[in-house]
Amino acid sequence: MRGTHRVALTGLSTISGIALLLALKPHHADQPPLSSPEPDSGGGHGGSAPSASGGTRTGTFTGDAVQTKYGPVQVRATLDKGRLTAVKVLKTPSDNEKDRSIAADAVPKLTKEALAAGGAQVHAVSGASYTSDGYARSLQSALDKADSGKHGASRPAQQGAGSGQSTTGRGGGRP
Amino acid sequence: MTAATGSARGLRHVEHVMGTVFSFDVRDEPVPALREALARAVAWLHRVDAVFSPYRPDSSVGRLARRTTTLAEEPADVAAILELCAELEDATRGCFSARPAGRLDPSGVVKGWATEEAARILERAGARNLCVNGGGDLQLSGEPAPGEPWRVGIADPRRPDRTVAVVSGRDLAVATSGNAERGRHITDPRTGVPVDGPLSCTVVGPHLTRADPYATAALVMGDEAWEWLARLDGYALLTVPADGGPPAAGDGFPLAEPPPA
Repeated sequence: MRGTHRVALTGLSTISGIALLLALKPHHADQPPLSSPEPDSGGGHGGSAPSASGGTRTGTFTGDAVQTKYGPVQVRATLDKGRLTAVKVLKTPSDNEKDRSIAADAVPKLTKEALAAGGAQVHAVSGASYTSDGYARSLQSALDKADSGKHGASRPAQQGAGSGQSTTGRGGGRP
Repeated sequence: MTAATGSARGLRHVEHVMGTVFSFDVRDEPVPALREALARAVAWLHRVDAVFSPYRPDSSVGRLARRTTTLAEEPADVAAILELCAELEDATRGCFSARPAGRLDPSGVVKGWATEEAARILERAGARNLCVNGGGDLQLSGEPAPGEPWRVGIADPRRPDRTVAVVSGRDLAVATSGNAERGRHITDPRTGVPVDGPLSCTVVGPHLTRADPYATAALVMGDEAWEWLARLDGYALLTVPADGGPPAAGDGFPLAEPPPA
């Protein structure tokens, strides 16, 4: 490392908890959000979607139930201006005593890691090139989904995309 | 399309193209001119794929590799990219190559260039605050929100759901090369032997067209990369070592302060 000063990084941001949040989607129909969303800025979509505010989102999101080797796990996350403020576990493996014990240990850890991830507040992720499959498991995919929300599955103006699959949505914007 | 109108803010788009996924995140008012520019940027990526894909037999690169065409018959961009490849090959002492496995494959520069150009298409249409992520390599401009810089996580090569560091900046390219997803797929073009260096190298600088091949070259170069990159104005390096230790960042690498505990 001649001529170069290297800095050892100590504060590693762990975002493993987000793995379970990969399928985040707005969920307001039957459960009121923990924090009251501002009126949706996206005209035509009423006030049902988490709103954009200062470039980030506020609202409550429920993930799909994810099969783990211990059983199904489902979480709900609350974002305040893009910052993760709460994680509620909706479904845990609880068939037997051993599973309950594992869940009791794992769930607080997951919550803590997810909150730490929220604190990192990244807008995008850089990593070695991914394939479409790899993308589906990436943090970038989670960020794209969280920001597109229910506005997914549309296309840009003047379609010129040929055969590519695509989704478009509105994310947090500038005031 | 589902029109976003009135007070809608920001524009997001995800496009599967060039064997990977491009994510657009535009934080400006999504006026029609920007939506049209986004469509042009997406069409541009598909055009680049059609011309430069080494996997498509009918692409310019595919035909050039089989010598069934000449440079003069192909779009001018092809000659320009091959010229840039030659320059990069020189600048990286052979650690970057347009023929990494012997066969013509300029993908190592094409993806970053295509991503940067896609960002420029949007900027020419008036976008001032945007992030284009081309399969893990990004070109950023402006801010995600007033007064706030972009924050880009560097993926943990061992765990795609974790980050090992956060870069922040306003007008910036961030490129990461590594062997993470597809096994040891990066070979040293000088020897043809798989690279046995750091798990990943991240290069930041003004232009993704250069940051991307620089990151690949740094991975091949190993320890020499620190000194080499330090002499390149405006570019800086971060590596994730093979032993799983903490990342190392060179001078000028724009690390964000650690998040509050």
